Amino acid sequence: MTAIEYLALPWYKRILYKITSFLSGIPHVFSNLFTKKIPGIFVKAGKGVVRVFRNIVNIFMDGDYKTRVSYFVMGFGQITRGSIIRGVLNLVYEIAFFVFLFTIGVPNLQLLGTFGRIASSEYIHPELGITIYQYVDDSFLILLFSIVTILLAAVLIFLWYKQINESMALQNLNKIGRKVSDKQTLNDLVGKNYHMVLLAFPTFGLIIFTIIPLIFMIIVAFTNFSSAYQNPKELFDWVGLYNFQKLLGMGEGGYQFVSVFGQILLWTLIWAFFATFTNYFLGMGVALLINKKGIKLKKLWRTMLITTIAVPQFISLLFLNKFLATDSGALNFILESIVINGQPLISAPIKFLEDGLITKITIIIVNMWIGIPYTMLMCSGILMNVPADLYESARIDGASSFKMYMKITLPYMLFVTGPYLISNFVGNINNFNVIYLLSGGGPMFTHVNGMPIQTRIYEAGQTDLLITWLYKLAMGSVNKEYGLASVIGIFVFIVVASFSLILYGKTNAVKNEGDFQ
Amino acid sequence: MAKDLLFKSKVSTGRKVWNIASKTLVYIVLAVLCIFWVLPFVYLVIQSFAVKYESHLIIPAEFTLDNYAALVTDQTYPFWRWYLNTLGIALIVAVLQTCLTLMSAYAFSRLQFKTRKNYMKLILVIGMFPGFLGMIINYWILYYLGLATEYTSIAGLILVYIGGCIGNYYIAKGFFDTISKSLDEAAMIDGANRNTIFWKVIMPLSKPIVVYTILLAFTGPWGDYMFASVMAQGKTELANVAVGLQGMVTKAAGTTYFPVFCAAAVVVSIPIVTLFFLLQNYYVEGVTGGAVKG
Repeated sequence: MTAIEYLALPWYKRILYKITSFLSGIPHVFSNLFTKKIPGIFVKAGKGVVRVFRNIVNIFMDGDYKTRVSYFVMGFGQITRGSIIRGVLNLVYEIAFFVFLFTIGVPNLQLLGTFGRIASSEYIHPELGITIYQYVDDSFLILLFSIVTILLAAVLIFLWYKQINESMALQNLNKIGRKVSDKQTLNDLVGKNYHMVLLAFPTFGLIIFTIIPLIFMIIVAFTNFSSAYQNPKELFDWVGLYNFQKLLGMGEGGYQFVSVFGQILLWTLIWAFFATFTNYFLGMGVALLINKKGIKLKKLWRTMLITTIAVPQFISLLFLNKFLATDSGALNFILESIVINGQPLISAPIKFLEDGLITKITIIIVNMWIGIPYTMLMCSGILMNVPADLYESARIDGASSFKMYMKITLPYMLFVTGPYLISNFVGNINNFNVIYLLSGGGPMFTHVNGMPIQTRIYEAGQTDLLITWLYKLAMGSVNKEYGLASVIGIFVFIVVASFSLILYGKTNAVKNEGDFQ
Repeated sequence: MAKDLLFKSKVSTGRKVWNIASKTLVYIVLAVLCIFWVLPFVYLVIQSFAVKYESHLIIPAEFTLDNYAALVTDQTYPFWRWYLNTLGIALIVAVLQTCLTLMSAYAFSRLQFKTRKNYMKLILVIGMFPGFLGMIINYWILYYLGLATEYTSIAGLILVYIGGCIGNYYIAKGFFDTISKSLDEAAMIDGANRNTIFWKVIMPLSKPIVVYTILLAFTGPWGDYMFASVMAQGKTELANVAVGLQGMVTKAAGTTYFPVFCAAAVVVSIPIVTLFFLLQNYYVEGVTGGAVKG
């Protein structure tokens, strides 16, 4: 459809066209991913591997003895050619790695197949005559050290490849009578290698506190790691796809599990949708009101709303948790005491946090209460940047304020804050605090498909999001089901990644069409 | 004649009435909104002086300061301990996290290294996993390192907060992107190295984003429930204010502790609200800039 044809359509057909073209674009995003992008990555990686191997052979052929020795003693070429700091660091890493490999790495990797043989042993102390318990194998440490060993080995291969290349480069430099001195190396640290200095600590933190735990946790999805099989007292073991099957209703607990999981997933998406868009549009509305020409005390209105941002969120939420309580909450009392035409506004207390549907509505409204000031603040900043001449020319053309809003303000806002909307949507999928501190995920599921719940569904409640359910599974007071929690985490990743993929693809398409105006 | 039409736009009385009516309407709406937003907090402050919580009394019958005294004296719910824990964590995290976040943001914004784009993509993908997933393992790692028993677990919590700081680079990077690159080049010609440029040229120009990052880093630990509850493992004395107060509100029978909770809420809010209002302009700038750049 051309632009002219599109403009000729009535407004409802335009909206219909936009929605259908958006939905029909989704399969395209995924087919593109699987037919072009992912195979593309493999082809690129394959070519890269071939190039690396050819390079390794070539360097060995062209190199002198110093370079060739570097194949076995890392850093040899660099040390003998005057780049001592780099060489020594490489050598130290190599030695340290092999010491680690043979003392900790190999023994743990050997046990990885079964996560250890025995958890603890007991023997009778020969002199004291009492039984002594001793922990032997610890599944957690076995898995952890195995992951660390593999990561360290990957680093070793990377450094090894880098240093033979450098040795070769130094050899070539030597031929023309130049070299890389230690002084040069140190100078580069505040010059062309400054990013290494800046990113060293953050990267270290990322690997230790994010990447290693994530890899670990993804592997846990295939084990029975839980409070029943917890280190150091018990060993855990591989269980294959058991956790995935259980969540999908094919294992213990049967279809009830998948039913609860499906409801929680659905509510997570509904919640994220409403939480994002109610806040966005109402926040923008409030910003428009405050920014309206001729409205006085702008600063006062804004400051009053900002109070909610300033007070820590958990305080507002915990406060509302009590404020909205059915029997002892003040709000129910206030509503009861308002009398219109001799009739109280409500006859019985409203179960704000004890009834599935009402709780869901309550949560969305409370989230508006918390989120609107934030969006208001953001929007009023951006609204001031809307080019004023656009409004002026629209006014001369005789446009009404509503028309100006629909044709100028809204498109501009959507254009500028598109990425924010997406990240906000994704953030709401993982919005733990609002749900957990307000309703605690409650009320609990008591029936699934008309049948009372027989099996343990691990404290899942009707307003639980995937993330709060994950939390309950991992931190439960009775059972800690790390394996199941991990599977849910993987599902969250899949949901978030697919949404980001679709939506970012769309905003990029918008951007490519040219800038706003 | 034409001039008159252009510049003396006639304002009819109908239009005038409409203008006044719409303005009044806006004022009414704004007033109602402000009541909705501010009254709950007024109620909270009033309740913090109540002798006893009674749902049918919006303004309590008797006032007392005992609730504030209970924050220090109560043995079951040692609020002052949670407060000191959180304050300590927040101060250390504010300093370290700000440094590390700004350093990574600057590197991603200005330094052209080979892995830059892929590194940013990696952070994006990692960010799609729920952070709590890794936290479970972090607890055990810290446990084996001896950083999850008694008071060392607070050090462990600080490490976890700081370890994740590279993920927050985005807003600061957006800010650095707006600073002209010709400044760097000029300094480079004058013989400055990258380090000098970062600290002496870029940092002085980045006051808004530095203040914004400090503000977020400082207030973050006050509101964190998830990570802090994992590290506290149900031990009252190791909790931060969020975990401690949540325990107080949900576990204590009925509403006995509600006035004490309100007092605690006031004590927690005062420093943060003050900080917020003092630094309001920086905050607004950061929020707006961050939204525009996504």
